[in-house]
Amino acid sequence: NISFHGGESPKGTLRVKMVLLGSSGVGKSSLALRFGKDEFRSTTPTVGCAYLTRVVHLSDVTLRFEIWDTAGQEKYHSVTPLYYRGAHAALLVYDISKRETFIRAQVWLKELEKQYTPGSTVMWLVGNKGDLAQDRQVSVQEGQALANDRDLSFTETSALAGDQVSELLIYKKAVLGLIESPDLTKETFGNKGPKFKDGPHIYH
Amino acid sequence: MDGQALRPTASWENGTLAPVDRLRAERADSPTPGLVEGTEPGAGQKSAMFVHAQSFEDLTAEAEEEARRDDELDKSGECAEELKVLVGEKTIEEQRNNSISSESRSKEEDVSSEAWRSHRKHVFVLSEAGKPIYTRYGTEEALSSTMGVMMALVSFVEAEKNIIRSIHADGCKVVFLTKSPLVLVGVSRTCQSDKELLRELQYIYYQIVSLLTLTQLNHIFQHKQNYDLRRLLAGSEYLTDNLLHRLDRDPGLLLSAVTCLPLASSARDVVSSSLQAAKAKNLVFSILLAGDRLVTLVRKKDQFLHHIDLHLVFNLVGSSSSFREGEGWTPICLPKFNTAGFFHAHISYLEPASELCLILVSTDREDFFNMSDCKQRFLERLSKRSAYQALKEALKCPTYSVAQVGIPELRHFLYKSKSSGLYTSPEFPEVYHSDEEQERLMGLYQDLHSCLHHPTRPLRSFYRCSETENLLAWVTSGFELYLCFSPLGTKALAVSAVNKLLKWIRKEEDRLFILSPLTY
Repeated sequence: NISFHGGESPKGTLRVKMVLLGSSGVGKSSLALRFGKDEFRSTTPTVGCAYLTRVVHLSDVTLRFEIWDTAGQEKYHSVTPLYYRGAHAALLVYDISKRETFIRAQVWLKELEKQYTPGSTVMWLVGNKGDLAQDRQVSVQEGQALANDRDLSFTETSALAGDQVSELLIYKKAVLGLIESPDLTKETFGNKGPKFKDGPHIYH
Repeated sequence: MDGQALRPTASWENGTLAPVDRLRAERADSPTPGLVEGTEPGAGQKSAMFVHAQSFEDLTAEAEEEARRDDELDKSGECAEELKVLVGEKTIEEQRNNSISSESRSKEEDVSSEAWRSHRKHVFVLSEAGKPIYTRYGTEEALSSTMGVMMALVSFVEAEKNIIRSIHADGCKVVFLTKSPLVLVGVSRTCQSDKELLRELQYIYYQIVSLLTLTQLNHIFQHKQNYDLRRLLAGSEYLTDNLLHRLDRDPGLLLSAVTCLPLASSARDVVSSSLQAAKAKNLVFSILLAGDRLVTLVRKKDQFLHHIDLHLVFNLVGSSSSFREGEGWTPICLPKFNTAGFFHAHISYLEPASELCLILVSTDREDFFNMSDCKQRFLERLSKRSAYQALKEALKCPTYSVAQVGIPELRHFLYKSKSSGLYTSPEFPEVYHSDEEQERLMGLYQDLHSCLHHPTRPLRSFYRCSETENLLAWVTSGFELYLCFSPLGTKALAVSAVNKLLKWIRKEEDRLFILSPLTY
């Protein structure tokens, strides 16, 4: 079981670098807030990037999620590689009520695929704003089809309604995926270029 | 309006105030304020924190230079007759009459409503190709023809090897600022001078540069003249909106100065030294803010921050909620420092619900974890000291009442120490509690500021009586002072109040100003 705690276990902590990508206004920051505090607040556009950490205690290991909540605005795109470089999990977020954000998510996906060897990063396609189903422009099937085609995990969420089950699913599956095949390195930020040679590291 | 200019007289300056030489020697003890820069209350004891600038003059210097070039061109006789109608200055007569002649504004009527046109101050930003980039009110799309006309005006005058500066008509001033590759246009019905309006446009220009850098702007427009810059500014319009709001409300932007959180100097020194100790190789500035007030600023030796850059940082932090949720890391150009490149700012609040926001400015975009570590070290060091508690206490009363000064008729004042670039001001009294009244008072201060800094006939002091308040403004080489008295006050009282106030500020300067700024 995954549970959320404020504190951090000093021993056996696995650091997981997770990045949220997607167009401006799709709800990346709201999702990040939902992950961490199970809250919803309307937010101003993210400036640059926001870094949050959340600690998740599993039965045998503590996971420290280092979440990079990037700004969707185009002017910040030149610095975005800083954040997705070396990420263990990437969430490609789009707004189900705005088709262009779905297209934009595919652009992000292409960019990520250029950088990554397949299977090294757990990638999720996330259709957010599930509460706006009446304005839906991207069907569940479309999202799922893209995910199947590109070998991504897929879910729809609502940061507003607090569809916590979905969020937990993301965590759980992301985590399980990571424990099987990842490269949890401490220096995820400072290194130039993606590094996927190392196996999982546990810091004591 | 009963305006009356006081001629500054030697007797006033020397009669009641100590001679300058003595002040230099006994600065710390002397309760008498100095008239010379560096000895006035609030002047830093070491080097100043900010770029040394004649502040307002420095800010408008570029525009002045353009104006001079403009004048020279005028003299060369190239100026066509019709330009004399367009170029300001010739119709400097203040327009109290705000009635709108539909004739002169017919260009805008096509795209906008009466309500839109009756806004006090419009700001437009366009590219040199005439493409809309920003409008304060309404949408850019709807105004593309209006902006096209603006660009046509600019180009038309430029074609004659001249520069359009302003148009004065029907209580409206239209001010142009050409900062290639951008053109900024202000349309105002306020009494502000062209120079003041230009200053505001400069701020907007710097706001845009701080998001993109001038190098990038130039590159974009060299590459594609027709580029729609709104793409890159999308999601940041609120910063410009808020900056415009601040320009109407914040005395700091008017005075080209920053205000501090009142804090005992012993506590501030501990905070500063804790911040100084948390240094890193690429760290250039560490800034601790409490809301819109500076707690302390530590800088790299020989690197100075300009107050404009600091105001842009204030605006960024004050406008965004995103730094509340985690640690922010963003590229930021500080245009008065360098228009060509980005710094990288680590922005975070010391505690979740705290007003205290720490900004660490690094030159390295990969420095996030180093900066995060600096913050932790600062916080750990500070938490151990009682000064942190004192700081938290000080946050509960971030301002003070004018009653503390003990001058019955005095309602409000602004005092700026020129050498430190810091100002102090009490909270607004009861009579100015509404937003409208505060903006009205700010408008009056702006007016006085315009008179003191008039481009051709600057005043040293200015006393003005009206039905609602009496105002006195005084500028020396050391300070700038604006006082607001009840309408029952007299000029004699106002003059004597200056001395009393300056003595009070001298007495309180330890608390109200940062007297010993630190470097790494």
